[in-house]
Amino acid sequence: MNIRVNGKNYSIEVSGSTSLLVALREHLGLTGSKYGCGEGVCGACTVLIGGVPARSCITPVGSAQNKEIMTIEGLEQNGKLHRVQEVLLEADPFQCAYCASGMVMSAVALLERNSSPSKEEIKDAMHGNVCRCCTYPDIVEAIAKAANA
Amino acid sequence: MKKSEDILYPEQYELYESIQKPVTRRNFFRLVGGGVGVALTVSDVLASTLTSDLKNRESENFDDSTIAAWIHINEAGRIVVYTGKVEVGQNIRTSLTQIVAEELRVSVNDIDMIMGDTSLVPYDRGTFGSLTTPNMSPILRKAAASLREVLVELAASQWKVSASSLRAEGGKVMQASSRKSVTYQQLAQGKKILKPINDKAALTPPEKWKIAGQSVQKINGRDFITGKHQYTCDMVLPGMMYGKILRAPAYGASLVSADTQKAKAITGVTVVQDGDFIGVVSNDSQSAERALWEIRAEWKTTPQPSREVIFNYLKERASSARTESSKGDVDKVFAASKEVLMQTFHVNYIAHAPLEPRAAVAQWEGDKLTVWIGTQRPFGVQEELERHFRMSKENVRVIMPDTGSGYGGKHTGETAIEAARLSKAVGKPVKVVWTREEEFKWAYFRPAGVIDAKSVVDATGNVTAWEFHNYNSGAAGIQIPYEIENQKIQFHPVDSPLRQGSYRALAATANVFARECQMNDMAVSLNIDPVAFRIKHLKDDRLIKVLETTANTFGWTKPKQKGRGYGIACGFEKGGYTALAVEVEVAASGAVNVLRIVSAFECGKIINPRHLRSQVIGCILQGLGGALFEMVDFKDGKMINPSFANYRVPRFSDIPPIEIILIDRPDIRSTGAGEAPIVGIAPAIRNAIYDASGKKLNNLPLLANRGRI
Repeated sequence: MNIRVNGKNYSIEVSGSTSLLVALREHLGLTGSKYGCGEGVCGACTVLIGGVPARSCITPVGSAQNKEIMTIEGLEQNGKLHRVQEVLLEADPFQCAYCASGMVMSAVALLERNSSPSKEEIKDAMHGNVCRCCTYPDIVEAIAKAANA
Repeated sequence: MKKSEDILYPEQYELYESIQKPVTRRNFFRLVGGGVGVALTVSDVLASTLTSDLKNRESENFDDSTIAAWIHINEAGRIVVYTGKVEVGQNIRTSLTQIVAEELRVSVNDIDMIMGDTSLVPYDRGTFGSLTTPNMSPILRKAAASLREVLVELAASQWKVSASSLRAEGGKVMQASSRKSVTYQQLAQGKKILKPINDKAALTPPEKWKIAGQSVQKINGRDFITGKHQYTCDMVLPGMMYGKILRAPAYGASLVSADTQKAKAITGVTVVQDGDFIGVVSNDSQSAERALWEIRAEWKTTPQPSREVIFNYLKERASSARTESSKGDVDKVFAASKEVLMQTFHVNYIAHAPLEPRAAVAQWEGDKLTVWIGTQRPFGVQEELERHFRMSKENVRVIMPDTGSGYGGKHTGETAIEAARLSKAVGKPVKVVWTREEEFKWAYFRPAGVIDAKSVVDATGNVTAWEFHNYNSGAAGIQIPYEIENQKIQFHPVDSPLRQGSYRALAATANVFARECQMNDMAVSLNIDPVAFRIKHLKDDRLIKVLETTANTFGWTKPKQKGRGYGIACGFEKGGYTALAVEVEVAASGAVNVLRIVSAFECGKIINPRHLRSQVIGCILQGLGGALFEMVDFKDGKMINPSFANYRVPRFSDIPPIEIILIDRPDIRSTGAGEAPIVGIAPAIRNAIYDASGKKLNNLPLLANRGRI
């Protein structure tokens, strides 16, 4: 199986039905994407496939061949954080932060398709990401700030 | 096993078994090399929780088996703090670092905090009960101040000057008059000094704080938003294998037989069987999963209750009552009263559902075992392993990486034992990560409970009698803050049919709910304002202050639109004072919309305002889930909604505008904040729904009926 992740090509020995999350975490050592539910409803495993947010836990790795996969590890460019990361670091809302990777990826995707979302649009777009520590309000504020940055 | 009457909060069932004397004899310098350190002994800790009048010991040759916490400056100049407390998202790694940095006059970046490694840190019972800030923080503060004075004295004797002519700042000791300075690192070079705490060490008063009291960013915050932080579930050891465990179909089931042939036939898979325990191990998690799926097991089940009958079940099986409080004569008042308000409240089981499920990695080296696990009680897990494998505690090391949350739900070491059993069988390191379904089904729940409340209020608005019985939830928060002459308060323990244990604020989530509803309804019945009614029965100024602040900020007396209602509640738990008001809208269809939340919170001097805000918001919104829709549904001893698709938790779209007021009290010692703010949300929403619709919803979750009243 050949996949392209964060601008690099990889060849891994897995069946096409293996979840992309397992492929990333176990076979490529990219553990930034997290397992939270295994059914695509908590958002902790969110990655971008061709710029579109996807739940890697329910995405067969075979379906992501020949596409650009971006994970949390690929967001930082030459030591510089993505502006969503910068703003979240500054706003500092997280507690256990297990949801943080997925939150960041969903927010990056949102701002790619809508550069100035309203707070309601942010909540709608982020609805699939669970923060069990429930630090939601300040995550919304931070994303809104990233949009205006 | 402790007797139930000895246990303050019996709902912490999971803690019953392992309250042991700490065994931590070790030679610290052998472990960490040279340097200068200050240590606190167990007796200091006990003394500091009982009295502030500590004796300054003469001898420096104290027995290091009694050390409870310590700070060390190593020869590289790093300041290393050792504590048994652990980080599960409360951000105590940050707040404790701030306290130490403040007293040592260094930056937070100069400090490393070693937390929850049983081979390195002093014994600690666990991180629960909002105790880190009120207990560990003052200990480390005093230790840091003592260490600062030791460093000043070292410089003074080196320069043969008086210590009072020197001051510590920026990681150095300096003398202004001579402009001489020496770094802490230089002072620590080639030394092996371990001093006891100096109880007289001068503490920096909060009004002079520069680092503590500020919104210092989460320590290692960048690692969390870049995905670099390694939670237990992310760990990989050389040669590590993946383990999965066969689960019973329901509570109370036992294994009759299992056919593991097909599983064993899968390349690379080892099946481990030991009585009812069957596990599979493989080089990759997928084949382990497949092997588990291939096992054909037959189970013998036993009759178990379902959710529909749980409240009767609990009440019928209640054992002898434990009297929590009794004064005056409630029966006499009830007999003489025409109007008695009697209400029954039902509280369902709910799940902590930490986003990182239970996970552990185990590694055996000869007869020595090391386990990495996300737990709130690394020493408790060490004891569980010691018992399970009948091995010496010295041979068990438990290490706790900063973990993906707990909320009281990670006090136990199931995955540690599972991973260690499998690892022992295959002779390689093994990682076990529970699936979401396992986490729901086989962790423990917040107890379900039944509460019977009975009270009388006279025509002048005085509550004259209060009788309160809780069945199964627990005793936390059962005592009332209100001044009432006649009281009878009892807790009735029950053997829960589902596994239950500690939850954020323990049983206060149930008891405060019932109490604040009952108080509200008495006020409403006499047409008295519920805020004024509460204040009339309160003596505690701090509780009155948060209640008034909340009401004023909310605009409690302002008129509301038709179909809308206001509700309020207050409470004091685990050292924190909370009050919370909500506005709701109840549509003609019965749909409920929470329009806004206002809450004031006070827990003494604030150490980190930014992180305190997260704790308070997190508590309230997690509580919103339990208030409105979270519920463990189960049939015949089997949870039937063990997934995030079926067990609803709060999400972005559930969150109304929320206004938090943090009251800073530099004159009052800091206490914890991870639990108290959760108690107000459920009764406040319930009272607001009653205000809007005239309907009393006395069961949690309030909107179990498809989101409608």
